[in-house]
Parts: sequence; C-alpha cells; structure tokens
Amino acid sequence: MKKVITGNHAVSYGAQLARTQVISAYPITPQTQVVELLSEFCASGKLKAKFIKVESEHSAMTACIAASLTGVRTFTATSAHGLALMHEMLHWAAGARTPVVMANINRAMGPGWSVWTDQNDSLSQRDTGWIQLYCESNQEVLDTTIQAFKIAEKLLLPVMVILDAFVLSHTSEQVDLPEQSVVDQFLPRFELKTKLDLSHPSAYGGLTNPDHYFEIRYKIQKAHEQALAVIKSVNDEFNELFGRKYGVIEAYRCDDAKVILVTSGTITSTARVVIDTMREQGRKVGLLKQKLFRPTPTEQLREVLFKAQKIAVIDRNISFGHSGVFAQEIKSSLYGLAGAPPVFDYIIGLGGRDVTPDAIYEIIDNTFKTDVPNEPIIWRGVRL
Amino acid sequence: MTEIRFHGRGGQGAVIASEILASALFAEGKFVQTFPEFGVERRGAPVQAFLRFDTKPILLRCKVYTPDHIIVLDPVLTKTVNITQGLKPGGWILLNSTQVPNSNQFSKFRLAIIDATGIAIKYRLGAKTAPIVNTAILGAFTKISGLAHLDHIIDGIKEYVPVKLQENIQATKDAYEMVRQI
Repeated sequence: MKKVITGNHAVSYGAQLARTQVISAYPITPQTQVVELLSEFCASGKLKAKFIKVESEHSAMTACIAASLTGVRTFTATSAHGLALMHEMLHWAAGARTPVVMANINRAMGPGWSVWTDQNDSLSQRDTGWIQLYCESNQEVLDTTIQAFKIAEKLLLPVMVILDAFVLSHTSEQVDLPEQSVVDQFLPRFELKTKLDLSHPSAYGGLTNPDHYFEIRYKIQKAHEQALAVIKSVNDEFNELFGRKYGVIEAYRCDDAKVILVTSGTITSTARVVIDTMREQGRKVGLLKQKLFRPTPTEQLREVLFKAQKIAVIDRNISFGHSGVFAQEIKSSLYGLAGAPPVFDYIIGLGGRDVTPDAIYEIIDNTFKTDVPNEPIIWRGVRL
Repeated sequence: MTEIRFHGRGGQGAVIASEILASALFAEGKFVQTFPEFGVERRGAPVQAFLRFDTKPILLRCKVYTPDHIIVLDPVLTKTVNITQGLKPGGWILLNSTQVPNSNQFSKFRLAIIDATGIAIKYRLGAKTAPIVNTAILGAFTKISGLAHLDHIIDGIKEYVPVKLQENIQATKDAYEMVRQI
C-alpha cells in the first residue's frame, strides 16, 4: 500500500513491520515522531512489543542490550546529543554482539545549539563497532530499517540506520508499505542460540583477562569483514521479494566519467538532478553514493573510483584538525593504487545549511577546472 | 514540477494544509513532497510550509526558492514578510483577507482573496482570537488553481484533521464558492 508519510514514520513502520519485540527510547528533536508512533502502535496492540520508558538515552541503549541478550528483536532511535550520551553503551552493544537496530536522525552537535542536519553525530561513533547505513529517501529509510534487522541478526552486530534531520525526518512523500506477510517471509522470528535464561542463569560482560579479550576484538573485526557479503545477500533477497535494491554503494552514470562526485544521505538525491543536467551539457560526470559507511566497502569503492580522473567528495561533517570523514575513507580506499585519482574534499551544509543544486553544480565545475586540489579541504558557503 | 509555498503563523494549520493538499495530489497520481520550514515552530510566529508535486519522482531535497504559487494564511504577514520573494510571474497569490490590497506589489501575479478567518470563526474552528483557517484556505485554492479535485481535498481532511470534521469540510466548501479572483 502506498502512503504519504514522513521519514520518521517510515522508520516507525519499518520497526513495526519487523515485529520488533522490545523498544526502549528517549525522545529528542528531530527523532521524537519515530517513538511517538511506535508507542501508539504498542498501546493499540498493532505492535506486540514491550515499550520501556527510560530517563536517558544511556539507559535506553542499556535496556536494548539487555533485552537483546534474552533473544528478542530490539529497537531504539535517537539523534545527536542522545547518541553522544549513548556512546559508552554503543561500544557495549557491539562488544556483547547484540543485534540491536537503531535509527539515528543526523543532527548537528551543539554548541551552537542546533536541531538541523549534519553527520558529525553518527560519524563520531565510527569506532564503536556499529554498522552504519545512510539513506536518501523515505522509501529507502523504511526498506533499510527492515533489512537492518536481518543484517544485524545474521552477524550479531548492531546496525545504525541514518537519515537527515528534517530533510527526511519531517518531509512527507510516498512510501510503498510492504505487506506484513511478505516481511514475515523475509524476516523470520529472531532466534538466539545462547541467551539470558532465568532457568539457566549466566553472567555476561564479566572481567575478561588478556588471555581472552584480544580474540573477542578479532572476532568483531571478522564479523565486519563478513558484513559486506551478508549485506549484499540480504539486499538481493529483499529485491526478489519487494523489487527494490540499494547496494552498499551505487554508481550512477560513472562508466565514462572523468569526474566522480561522492555523496551520502539526501545530498545524493539532489546531486542526481545535477548529474543529469551536466550530462545533458556533455560533461562527463558520475555520482557514487556511499550508503554503507562501516564496514568500509573498500573494494567496491576502488572498482568504481579508480576509473575516474578526479574525485570530488561532499562531506556534511568535519573531523576537526584533519578533514571531512568521507574524504578520509575514499583516500584510504585508494591508497597504494598506482595512478589513483586526486581527491577534492568539499565541506558544505554543516548545521543544516541548505545544499542546493547550484552549490553541487559549482563543486563539480570547480573540480573539472582544477588539476589537483590547492588545499586539503575546500569549504563551500562560509560567510565570514 | 510545481512548487507551492504556504505562509502562516504557528497554530493556523499551514503545515497540515500542505499535507492535505499533498494527499489530494497523491490521490490523483502525482508524486508529492511536502515539508515544514525546518525548525522549531512556536504559536504565533511566522511559519512556512512547502509542497512540490510532479508526474515523476521528486529528487530535489533543498528548500523551495522559486515557488509557482503562494498561499498566505495571515494577511498581516504581507507587511512583515516578503511573501512574493522568488514567486514566478503569473503565479497565484491567495490571501486570507476581506480586502483587496491596494498595493502594486502583486501586479505581476494572479491574485485572489478569501475571508478564511470569517469562515473559520463561523464554524468555530479554533478559538475566535486564533481561528484555524487551513481547511477554508484549501477550498479557495482548489477553486482558483484547479490543481486538485475538491473531493480529494475532503478525503485529505478526513485523514489529517482530528476534530470537527463536518465543520471543516463545510468550511472548505464555503470557501470554494466564495473565493474572489481579483
């Protein structure tokens, strides 16, 4: 059934169709509508889940981890400062190998106090062991939420589904809501072999001496290395049942492209329009959408980007003292390849400043005109 | 692609109006995208809402800068906000007003007025001092623009308006009949 809904409600419907069994969350703008609708679903019986109210995001994640260890499907959602407050427990969720699924609405970190979008909140959690998937439309948000549970449960790793504040969270557009029976076929009941069980008491998270800790870390990394194949197979299976696929990256009009633009989140969607315009003008430009941030899809990135003469990366984030985070990933992926194209890193749209087609056009045009980047990062739209 | 900008004040229902119009256009097979001015709305403060629709999927995810039409829920805003900013020549301006504005500010555009406040008060929509004018203004816009069918607007009201359903529908129908093209 097609319905006009916000990105936030696309998350809620995804968690409901996945038959989430435990939800624990704390409201924060711009995430609030996600958990409002889920709490209504729980109250009306549309979703048979336990909704655990808590006093903070730290407790929300703690509740999700404990619930997940009992072998139930578990979900939460947050944003910015809420995500930051969870930081300790994000490590715990991955370290304890709990397949918790969380939606994070990308919101800039304060101060200055902001409710608008950028990616620094989620990218700051890069090293916690979570899989991160970025979305560009409300349909992709819904589909990724459903896929996230399957990915998480196959790998026993937590998965973060990420969408831009307001540009998706509060924007309504049509979304095809799949039939429950087909989602059930795609996503069978979650089973956990070893779980917390009152009749067979056990302890989790105890002191781990140097004889064992190292191997736990090794196994988390191995799970991330398997994730690329798992995400691909989950996506293929989803496509067979629902007729929609996303991939870990998507190459759009890249085959003969001299310049390839790399984007994530909703900037991708606007950039598609710009790429089409420039192609009509005879400019050989392509677009690479990076949907999967962690684990890094190194081989897939190399395969597409290596053919280009120049790469322009749009970063709606900044790793202070270094550069945009996606540009670091792209450079790292290309390292060691003889003749690898130069990478231009453009910082734009922090704190929700609008990113227009004109701004994207200018970024691509500048990349065509410049042989190699004159500066390590190129700021766009700064008013001093 | 057609783009519409709503100007109102927090509490008048501009955001819901844009959602109802989007649902009507969606029912007619259009692709739609609607969003409020991104921020934290407060009652009485100037607010905007935006609507895009097209016969193909909408990929643009930036604000609306050059609308085809504008809908103004509070006439006082014409004195404090540059409501015609970016409006394409020949576009509709629908004002909630009892009086024809005596300004040449609107000469490049098509102008229509409707007393949506009077209609809202008549049907007791919202408080008398802060009437909710969104359903009336939609009836007027439907008539002048011809962009959506009145029945689909009414279906949208049934979906999005939680209280005083019959009164809201009647307000829409009244405004549909009463709107004046200047």
